[in-house]
Amino acid sequence: MDQEYPSEIMLSAKDLSCCRDDRDLFVNLNFDIVGGEVVQIVGSNGSGKTTLLRILCGLMDDYSGDIEWCREPMNQCGELYRAQLIHIGHNAGINPILTAEENLQWLLDIHGQGGADNRQIAEALARVGLSGYEGVETHRLSAGQKRRVSLARLYIEGAPIWILDEPFTAIDKEGVRELENLIFQHANRGGIVILTTHHSLQETASRLKRITLDDLSGFHEASVDDDGV
Amino acid sequence: MGEDNQPLSLSRAFFSTLKRELKIANRQRSQLVNPLFFFIMVVSLFPLAVSPEPSILRTIAPGVIWIAALLSTMMAADALFKHDFEDGTLEQLLLSPQPLFLLVIAKVVSHWLTTGLLLTLLSPLLAAMLFMDTNHLSALVLSLLLGTPVLCFVNAIGAALTVGLRKGGILITLITLPLHIPVLIFGTGCVQASVYSQPYQGQLAILGALLVLAIVLAPFAIGASLRISVSG
Amino acid sequence: MWALVKEYYHKFGSPKHFYELTGKLLPWFAIPAVLCLVVGSVWGLAFAPADYQQGNSFRIMYIHVPAASLAMSVYVMMAVAGAIGLIWKIKMADMVAKSAAPIGAAFTLLALVTGAIWGKPTWGTWWVWDARLTSMLVMLFLYVGIISLQASFDSAKSAAKSSAVLAIVGLVNLPIIKYSVDWWNTLHQSASFTVSDKPAMPPEMYLPLIVMVFGYYFLFATLLMMITRCEILEREVRSRWVARVLLNRPLKKN
Repeated sequence: MDQEYPSEIMLSAKDLSCCRDDRDLFVNLNFDIVGGEVVQIVGSNGSGKTTLLRILCGLMDDYSGDIEWCREPMNQCGELYRAQLIHIGHNAGINPILTAEENLQWLLDIHGQGGADNRQIAEALARVGLSGYEGVETHRLSAGQKRRVSLARLYIEGAPIWILDEPFTAIDKEGVRELENLIFQHANRGGIVILTTHHSLQETASRLKRITLDDLSGFHEASVDDDGV
Repeated sequence: MGEDNQPLSLSRAFFSTLKRELKIANRQRSQLVNPLFFFIMVVSLFPLAVSPEPSILRTIAPGVIWIAALLSTMMAADALFKHDFEDGTLEQLLLSPQPLFLLVIAKVVSHWLTTGLLLTLLSPLLAAMLFMDTNHLSALVLSLLLGTPVLCFVNAIGAALTVGLRKGGILITLITLPLHIPVLIFGTGCVQASVYSQPYQGQLAILGALLVLAIVLAPFAIGASLRISVSG
Repeated sequence: MWALVKEYYHKFGSPKHFYELTGKLLPWFAIPAVLCLVVGSVWGLAFAPADYQQGNSFRIMYIHVPAASLAMSVYVMMAVAGAIGLIWKIKMADMVAKSAAPIGAAFTLLALVTGAIWGKPTWGTWWVWDARLTSMLVMLFLYVGIISLQASFDSAKSAAKSSAVLAIVGLVNLPIIKYSVDWWNTLHQSASFTVSDKPAMPPEMYLPLIVMVFGYYFLFATLLMMITRCEILEREVRSRWVARVLLNRPLKKN
């Protein structure tokens, strides 16, 4: 949990463009993200924030340009890259029929981080305020509680890159503050956090970086906060 | 996360996925029995539609049971990846550093255990309802035992291709049915050989070969299809 | 050498170049197609000698056999094009694969219909579950699956990728299906004579057939290019060169 990540970890994009359904989402994005940085992707609804995150995870190959992980092309790193990554999207792979503990156990098992036992899972669930809920089937939990189950992974897995899509959605004030702390702690340890959120992050430190996706489509729409923060 | 426990975590990923799927199936028993009832109902339509005459039913029994089994596995396949796609499980599966090949096999194996295997176990009952001679039960059960996993693997390809579509359903049937023809031919051929008191080991061997081929090749197609569906 | 390969790769992968190239090539395929089909069918239907067993009804062979042989090869071509599109992400290969599917299905249907028509005088029924006809029917099912999968996606890219995977799976299955249907047919042999089973034919009979086969292949190439060109215009409609093409067309003709 407290390990320092090697300082040379780095994710960079060169001339990254993505066109979906005949619409340019973003064109020629260039950025370097190094260990210790928190990157907030900013843009209005439909500007391609989620798409960019999914591309950075390797879930979408529908782009032009290059993405490099530690100076190697990302799509050639394959499982080495995936082992370094936690992605929590809109839906975080929490099956409603399984209990919080069972869900986390499976996620940890397939992510190959050996040695996550029940005690660790119970601890992580306690950290996200869900102690006593280990054996509850997740369909009985509220939206915010479900979100917390998926975020509990962040307390256990040792992966340096976190890619979080709207992590603050449905989380209460207290939880937001804790999650924010967790994110900046992770950066302090040398990890990378890339996230989208409409919530304005408190930290003023220089380690917070913003990538703005210009709305190229000419499709302007009032940016509505749909995440209830 | 050392190099040394890599093989351990490989088998852990496989069995954990298998265990997870079986747990889910076990908690939704109604889903589990639906294909079985479908199997029984389709078979019982034949005496009503064709003839209750034992001599006629006896001749069509192998084909009827096999076609009903094929349709039941197909009905069940629609849900194979649907929920995983909706709740984001599929994304996590694709993001796993473990080989997708392995995780996909775990999913299909659990799918077979909860559909194909149960259908196979149920088949002697239906054979009796269609007046099949008990001598031929071994051919029927063995052919289903080897053939239904092939059906499950091929169905999984169809399910993976259509999982992102709003209108999956009948499309899976349309795209996988032609691919099922060899299994159907050799499966029924096996039982018919037994009925004509000919050796049927040859057909079983071919079904076994098809199974090996399906285990080796289908996971790649399933994995590729899942990646396409998730990225789409 | 490598630069040349690279240049060709880019040229062939570019819809604009493909459009221009096929525009020039089109007559070189369309004219031989018409010539071969006219010569072959007149020769085959009017001048070739009648079969000693089947009389004149065998002449439908000149339409049936090339269609049947194309049904299979178009499928293979489509799967290969799909695989190229999938592996090297060449958009043109996707479009070619997509355009090939309905043509292949049409040839398969033609083979089935002519096979049935041929069956009537030969067996006395329109349909016999003979190995070749059954394989053709399964072939049609495979095409139908691919076309309907292709049609159910909103995004052209996902449609191309998914149908490419299905086509490749089908290609792997094709020999197995063929073998299993043949095996099944030997079990239930009822017809002693199979359609398009060719005994030693005199040259007057098989030469027109060869001409017809060539005609069909040229026809396929012509149709494929025409449909792919439409597909290109549809997909690249946002690009400037398509706008120019669409504007220039009527002007040129006037």
